[in-house]
Amino acid sequence: MTTTPHVLTADRIKPGDPLPPLAVDVSATTVVLGAIASRDWRPMHHDKDFAVQRNGLKDIFLNTPNQAAWFERYLTDWTGPLGRLGRMKFRMKDSIFPGDTMVFHGVVEKLETDEAGCSWANVALSLTVNEKTMTECAARVALPISAEDNPWKRRGENWKP
Amino acid sequence: MSKLAAEIQSWIGQVRYEEEAEFPVERGYVYTSCAAVENGNPLFWDDKLAEEITGGPIAAPTMLSVWFRPHHWAPGRSQPQQPLQIHFDLKQKLELPEAVMTDNEMIFYEPARPGDRLRTRQILRSVSDVKRTKLGQGRFWVIEVETLNQNDALVGKESYTGFGYRRDEA
Repeated sequence: MTTTPHVLTADRIKPGDPLPPLAVDVSATTVVLGAIASRDWRPMHHDKDFAVQRNGLKDIFLNTPNQAAWFERYLTDWTGPLGRLGRMKFRMKDSIFPGDTMVFHGVVEKLETDEAGCSWANVALSLTVNEKTMTECAARVALPISAEDNPWKRRGENWKP
Repeated sequence: MSKLAAEIQSWIGQVRYEEEAEFPVERGYVYTSCAAVENGNPLFWDDKLAEEITGGPIAAPTMLSVWFRPHHWAPGRSQPQQPLQIHFDLKQKLELPEAVMTDNEMIFYEPARPGDRLRTRQILRSVSDVKRTKLGQGRFWVIEVETLNQNDALVGKESYTGFGYRRDEA
């Protein structure tokens, strides 16, 4: 192993625990890079005139898969690489534009162990701009029960996201 | 329900598009996607660690939709091919020129790995009555996408809620 990863085990967290917040300044590059990385060529994510004149918005805005990628990054910053994402659901209430500072927040809502012995954390996440919630996200992430456990080894009936 | 709405009604619950990705899962996009969100998860950067934890390199799970987004241009193609074609079919059939996505759910199963050939199935689940939002008047719809690999193993399921609308006159 060339790096020593940070490992969050399920026994170290409890419902109500907050995740450390993450603040990110959004630029036009953030929006365009995210769109290109997700192969989203639609003009409202790179062409301001189109976003304003056709969509009626103030600028280009973060696309859906890029928001998912930001939430994944935020979660796995917290869990380390042994955290395995099972499910993610999010609702975009308003758009994220260049010039915004987006802040990610999270709190552990529930911990459970399924019948296959996999430990799950249900986490409520949010993305805010100027303290207004722009996107709400619910995620379910598998965590190792101990330093010897590895959710990535689970396959078939042993993986119930 | 209008004749047009009846046609759309017939799409609900049916696999409307089944497509193979235009190229295999590849690492360049994994790096670009991680760089776009400053994702330093060593699973995507450290091959030795990825081998120990996941049995080899994988793509970031939330990249599920990346692999079935068509090239912006390809030889012989006169019109851009659209990802999530049902979404664009609905816009056209319902005469709603603008659309945004409002909700997205993803469930992750077998990891996607470099070299995997993925295919998807698109299914329309619902179309709402006419609604008014601050964007304009239109309809919400829910589209599900299942992604499978070359071994027919389920890689993921996605559900998209879109809102197609016509802007209010100024």
